[in-house]
Amino acid sequence: MTKPSKKQEGDPNTTGHVWDGIEEFDNPMPRWWLYTLYACIIWAVLYSIAYPAWPMVNKATAGVLGWSTRADVANEIAAAEEANAAINTELETVELASIAGNPELNGYATSAGSAVFKTWCAQCHGSGAAGFKGYPNLLDDNWLWGGDIEAIHTTITHGIRNEDSDDARYSEMPAFGRDELLEDEEIDQVVNYVMSLSGEPMDASKVAAGTEVFADNCASCHAEDGTGDREQGAPNLTDAIWLYGGDHETLTETVYNARYGVMPAWNTRLTEAQIRAVSIYVHQLGGGE
Amino acid sequence: MSILDKHKLIETNATLLLVLSLLVVSIGGIVQIAPLFWLENTIEKVEGMRPYTPLELTGRDIYIREGCYTCHSQMIRPMRDEVERYGHYSLAAESMYDRPFQWGSKRTGPDLARVGGRYSDEWQADHLRNPQSVVPESVMPKYGFLENNRIDGKYVGDVMATNAMLGAPYSDEMVDAAQADFLAQADPDSDYDGLLERYGDAINVRNFDGKPGVSEADALIAYLQMLGTLVDFSTFTPDASR
Repeated sequence: MTKPSKKQEGDPNTTGHVWDGIEEFDNPMPRWWLYTLYACIIWAVLYSIAYPAWPMVNKATAGVLGWSTRADVANEIAAAEEANAAINTELETVELASIAGNPELNGYATSAGSAVFKTWCAQCHGSGAAGFKGYPNLLDDNWLWGGDIEAIHTTITHGIRNEDSDDARYSEMPAFGRDELLEDEEIDQVVNYVMSLSGEPMDASKVAAGTEVFADNCASCHAEDGTGDREQGAPNLTDAIWLYGGDHETLTETVYNARYGVMPAWNTRLTEAQIRAVSIYVHQLGGGE
Repeated sequence: MSILDKHKLIETNATLLLVLSLLVVSIGGIVQIAPLFWLENTIEKVEGMRPYTPLELTGRDIYIREGCYTCHSQMIRPMRDEVERYGHYSLAAESMYDRPFQWGSKRTGPDLARVGGRYSDEWQADHLRNPQSVVPESVMPKYGFLENNRIDGKYVGDVMATNAMLGAPYSDEMVDAAQADFLAQADPDSDYDGLLERYGDAINVRNFDGKPGVSEADALIAYLQMLGTLVDFSTFTPDASR
């Protein structure tokens, strides 16, 4: 405060602050900046009137436009459904088997089905549909419950061994070892026989003994020649394709404890159009019948 | 402008500055926080919410202990892409017994708010043991050790009592029966009528990890299999204007 001001003739007024002799001109704000500020203030007021904003005692102001995130997402989904409504209705009503012959519908179902598959199915069957141990490969022509479009559609709709759908596909192989239906020796024999069905060179005496065990215990579902029965979801045992593995140890465990793979019933989560689309997609992957 | 001319008084008086700053900050705080206690749309009333069963609560603690939340959120936002992928957007009420809640939007893995019932128990067990065995492109670490860690639910009653103190509606009966309910839920051959009576008929009673005894994997899978399944959106429609 003791030093004389350096302000010269013609300079604007200072703000009055002085610190170690440093003063500050009291220049006006640039006009463009000031008007932008005012415009922003007006915008903020209008925005808070138009949209939900101010918290009151027990609810917030709703805004004159009546906008809400929930209504917004509902509208977006409704618009998407509206856009596909015609073709979805067609997809839901035509004969399943006729879809393949309708290029437009088939193209739509295949791409829609691909999206459904990647969202809901890929976690078990793999993004490429090749499956994993315990989760069937959908690319080949080996089917547990049938590979025509109707059978695939039923499997996807109701799932396998779940409690969500009364029509879920159900097969229950006995746990031959755990429930003491077969002796360990008999299990060994029948495993030898089953492996021989797929062309593995096995111990001939065990295979011969296993043939009898198989005929008495397994043939009613897996058929006398071991080719399985799709009506009961009993796999073909002669094709060297194994869901859980075809080595002696794995097969012994399968016969001992049985396997109960589960698939959800998708009619509780997906629309009929989505189920049909993903059925078409799976059917055209390579193994469809 | 006369009041602004007084700012020198504030700037040169530290105590006054402190008091006035506190006043200003308090107003901001009150405006933001206080209405939450009265706003009707903070938590809407929904049907179906119940507190976690002892086994699920233990699973939740394991979920938090293992840091699952660093990659998985439990909050489906009201956006079309999320709703179509994960299911109905999450409601605040669905996290009402979560302390702490598991909201978020940072997803290295998928959102788990509605993962319940989406996969089989066997898949969950396979996936925890070795995620790459079912999802080769996954970067999730292996959690196979969970199924080897035996737990007996000895202290889960204490955890429930603490949650009850914080407002979860656990009755004294539930706390007393905690260990019994804990063991019953993981054993379908047990007598679990008491568990259903206390927590409702929709409880999953299964041997979740497929192995004898109760392991941490049982608890975690029990928790995962109920996530997002309590509110039935076929009968409950949330108010669209909230």
